[in-house]
Amino acid sequence: MLSPAVILLFLWMIVPLAMTVYFSFLRFNLLMPGTEEFTGFENYLYFFTDPSFWPALINTLTLVLGVLVITVVGGVALAVLLDQPMWGQGIVRILVIAPFFIMPSVSALVWKNMLMNPVNGLFASMARGLGLEPFDFFAEAPLASIIAIVAWQWLPFATLILLTALQSLDQEQMEAAEMDGAGWFWRFLHLTIPHLMRSITVVVLIQTIFLLSVFAEILVTTNGGPGTASTTLTFLVYMQSMLQFDVGLGSAGGIVAVILANIVAIFLMRMIGRNLEA
Amino acid sequence: MAREVSKGRKAAVTALAWGIGLLIFFPILWTVLTSFKTEAEAIASPPSFLFFDWTLENYETVNERSDYLVHFWNSVVIALGSTLVGLLVAVPAAWSMAFVPGKRTKDVLMWMLSTKMMPAVGVLVPIYLLARDTGLLDTKLGLVIVLTLVNLPIIVWMLYTYFKEIPGEILEAARMDGASLSSEILYVLTPMAVPGIASTLLLNVILAWNESFWTLNLTAANAAPLTAFIASYSSPEGLFYAKLSAASTMAIAPILILGWFSQKQLVRGLTFGAVK
Repeated sequence: MLSPAVILLFLWMIVPLAMTVYFSFLRFNLLMPGTEEFTGFENYLYFFTDPSFWPALINTLTLVLGVLVITVVGGVALAVLLDQPMWGQGIVRILVIAPFFIMPSVSALVWKNMLMNPVNGLFASMARGLGLEPFDFFAEAPLASIIAIVAWQWLPFATLILLTALQSLDQEQMEAAEMDGAGWFWRFLHLTIPHLMRSITVVVLIQTIFLLSVFAEILVTTNGGPGTASTTLTFLVYMQSMLQFDVGLGSAGGIVAVILANIVAIFLMRMIGRNLEA
Repeated sequence: MAREVSKGRKAAVTALAWGIGLLIFFPILWTVLTSFKTEAEAIASPPSFLFFDWTLENYETVNERSDYLVHFWNSVVIALGSTLVGLLVAVPAAWSMAFVPGKRTKDVLMWMLSTKMMPAVGVLVPIYLLARDTGLLDTKLGLVIVLTLVNLPIIVWMLYTYFKEIPGEILEAARMDGASLSSEILYVLTPMAVPGIASTLLLNVILAWNESFWTLNLTAANAAPLTAFIASYSSPEGLFYAKLSAASTMAIAPILILGWFSQKQLVRGLTFGAVK
């Protein structure tokens, strides 16, 4: 009963990956069919010496780290806030979670056109209303703008998971600490944060997996530009293989992306595996 | 026991939480509001918030362009199709792992999860070429196959965590009482398994509906679901904000409603049971 799922996933994992590895050692351009030949590590050499490679790697790390910092710090703060007694908690929760369900192309286009556009966007009208010069987000700060959009999409995820974890915090322990005269900040630092550490790790690892593959948000806002200002590894590989049709080079880049993701994956798998024992 | 808090503190927390909640929700609210404006009002500065002439013309225009319905239908077929095929393959697998665990069950589960860690871009070229050579490029069937495989690990994992909570003793008790295998499955197992299967279905329809790497790279005009259709609106001109908003509202509304129902399952599904 297990085998169909296992066989399908095995094929899905092995066949394309083996093809990518194979292509990465070929000179192979879709525009020049029939000229494929074995070139050893030449594609990797080209990929690493491509002037876009280092900017793309740095942009990838900036995007992932930027979004992680915003969503984890914001998520902890929001989860603590939403855990307090208040009126209409359920509705606030729904409002906060909503961005997670919006498809990436819609969020990117809504932010790009209706909010951040320097002429017709809402932020531009607000700036003009205050007598300020409108800011051209995607020309002046393309990567930061994309980070803002992606963080908006993932903040709900972090908040929801941390809130779930927070609700299993031992209230009696909290009250005991309070009665012993522990202040709000001390309790937050020594009880809440340690309790949340495991969930924060899960949030960081899972988000990293998804954030390494951010694609639609870049495609519909900046297309990787201006220049390479918002090109990530994923987007670079997409451009090389789908726009320049350089299958060999794109495959080499794909393998680099796989290795990068696997480093993260190893940590994530260990965490989840440990949890499975319990 | 709920802790006693002063009315004043509760009011302050309420105001702050509602403020932040509305701020986070604002881009969605703004999109919905803009979809009821005329194109001129959509880019008016200063913008009007509620006091404009509400109109349905954008929805009419978008729906008249027959292609919108085609893309909407593509999204429905791809999201539902990939989830149902995935469930068909995953239910027996998760079932056997939860009730007849072997020595290697844990390894198989972890290995399945590891396939999810592979970045899509690492296999973009071969999948594209395979789809092209088998004639599956820009077809709904091609995307159903790819998205089934992409989400299969999550489906198996979610089902596994749900099935594992069904106590095996109940099955034994039913057997002791003389229940046949078919009535055991029909009257004992199914009622206990259905909620888990339904939650899994819900979360995976959401994930497949919003999937934006494969849907953008493997489709052109024919099989493009809403993700790809909306992405084609990315021209910088301001003349179409109202129509873009109407198309976006229709694309996100069904999934937003489903999503609100699936909050709890979301945590469980996306953390692979690590946070409950």
